[in-house]
Amino acid sequence: MSRTDTAELALPPARYEYGGDEFVFVEMDQAMSLEANIKAMTITAALRERGLDGVIDICPSNASYMIRVDPDVLHPAELVKELRALEESATALTSDRVLPTRVVDVPVLYDDPWTRETLMRFRDRHQDPGATDLEYAARINGYAGVPQLIDALSGAPYFVTMLGFVPGLPFCYQMVPRERQIEVPKYVRPRTDTPERAFGFGGAFSVVYPVRGAGGYQLFGIAPAPVLDVAQRLPDFQDGIVFPRAGDIFRYRSIDRNEFDRIRSEVEDGTFRYRIREYEFRPAEFLGDPDAVTSDLLEVLYG
Amino acid sequence: MSTILVRKGGLYTTVQDTGRDGYYEIGMPPSGAMDQYSYRVANLLVGNPDGAAALEATYIGPELEFTDDRLVAVTGAEAPVAVNGEAVPSWQTLAVRAGDVLSFSMITAGARLYIAVSGGIDVPEKLGSRSTYTLTGLGGFEGRKLADGDRLPVGKAGTDAPGPPVGASVPGPLRPEFPDVMPLRTVVGLCSYRLTEAALDSFLGTVWKVTKDADRVGYRLRGGTLDFVEREQPFGAGGDPANVVDLGYPVGSIQVPGGDEPIVLLNDAVTGGGYATIGTVISVDRDRIAQAKTGDRVSFVPVGLDEALAARRDRARRLAEARAALTA
Repeated sequence: MSRTDTAELALPPARYEYGGDEFVFVEMDQAMSLEANIKAMTITAALRERGLDGVIDICPSNASYMIRVDPDVLHPAELVKELRALEESATALTSDRVLPTRVVDVPVLYDDPWTRETLMRFRDRHQDPGATDLEYAARINGYAGVPQLIDALSGAPYFVTMLGFVPGLPFCYQMVPRERQIEVPKYVRPRTDTPERAFGFGGAFSVVYPVRGAGGYQLFGIAPAPVLDVAQRLPDFQDGIVFPRAGDIFRYRSIDRNEFDRIRSEVEDGTFRYRIREYEFRPAEFLGDPDAVTSDLLEVLYG
Repeated sequence: MSTILVRKGGLYTTVQDTGRDGYYEIGMPPSGAMDQYSYRVANLLVGNPDGAAALEATYIGPELEFTDDRLVAVTGAEAPVAVNGEAVPSWQTLAVRAGDVLSFSMITAGARLYIAVSGGIDVPEKLGSRSTYTLTGLGGFEGRKLADGDRLPVGKAGTDAPGPPVGASVPGPLRPEFPDVMPLRTVVGLCSYRLTEAALDSFLGTVWKVTKDADRVGYRLRGGTLDFVEREQPFGAGGDPANVVDLGYPVGSIQVPGGDEPIVLLNDAVTGGGYATIGTVISVDRDRIAQAKTGDRVSFVPVGLDEALAARRDRARRLAEARAALTA
């Protein structure tokens, strides 16, 4: 794609809905796609720039976004007018459009003893009680075995397409074409327990659970570093209690037990820092040649 | 620093205020008093500035011993209230002295009591609010519900605005009602296209019962079964017909996992997830559902945005009337 090209985001027109008097919900598409997320990110970034009085929260969310509004300051119908205007300008994706973001190395110990112990306790709630979650996911996604699945999970990076459910939980969507997306169902019945920092996968999304609790995603591993730090002990949490931001690019790098233990002790003594690089992400370039862009950003991250 | 001795914590008593705004986008709900009207009137009764922190007690109130002279007021649900064992009225400005004990009997109507004390509950502000969010242990008193033996810090009562005279009382028409079936005005929409037309009619026509799974995160209801429109699930949504690609949940939004148990999300809501939302209870009527308890019945009444905004203005007018009645 040449520098002067303009791509159209091939998406249906957005759907605008009032979530009572304090929320506006806008759906880009019913199906998940990088295009839908990029459109939501573009509109919400532009809204943030506008700095409108009465806008309390701007929440980009996978294939949609949601705004929390103070209707005593800004009439929700006025807000929708603004959002429709922003949608119009976001539909054409010029090649010079840049989303400034961060690329982050997020270490994960796949097939770890803690999530394995947890998932074994809840086999009666799983599609395939005779296999582990990784074995089941490898089989239904056509991988030869668990190591090949882990290679795919930890190879290409992911977009943080939404934050939510509980504070700091990043929904992540892998930056590969749809035919290479990994997809798994959620548990038949949700578990009542999930270890803190578990790396899970459900639908087409991976997550890191910020706190221990219930959960329905398949359990693939555990991260040594937190995504939520209410006490703000670690340097990466100086500006806020959660680390991920919508629009970040995470690489879930596979680590061994030695590295896991080393990072854990760095977290314990308060010195751990994520490896972070600033990155100018160009959506048009990415949609034209995803593999070229992901290899470029991995070079930026580790180069 | 002055404190209140918590002799008994009650069933589930937390420090709450108007809520913590601006963190929904990181996945943190606002928390805050579930019945904002009753909470705000409690503060008016003791002469506190708007937004002062108070106590919210669910079903069984706490037992509190005061260590200095204070004004105190109880609003919200109906329950016998006593000071040193002597019955005292709710919705009224009361004076207490060092050693006095405020106590409650079982709630007779409604679900949540609000207890305001002059000077306010003086726990530290966390991210701009004193509200308790127990999931992450943030805000309130040590991020948790009160326990027997806690010593709750209270602020210095304002000297420039002394508050209403002792005995000032909120007129009956300005107190909430607890009808047999609580009507919850609801803006239908969001992903309501996932329900069949018959299911949407049935949702609005059913009297729903509050189950025992009803807390500050949300209320699970029972009373009918709702069918989803059959479809091939879109990419990324997950296989269940109740699933959508994970999206944001408004506070007050209604989802129907499995088609048979609607959940209304409230002040400590999970902020997003993968279940189809079918509408949102208007902000003013979160005050009403906050006063519904397990076994109580509620119904959903469809309204438009204009009616939701009119209801906000009406609540503001009622608050102004309560303020005027107390300072007259």
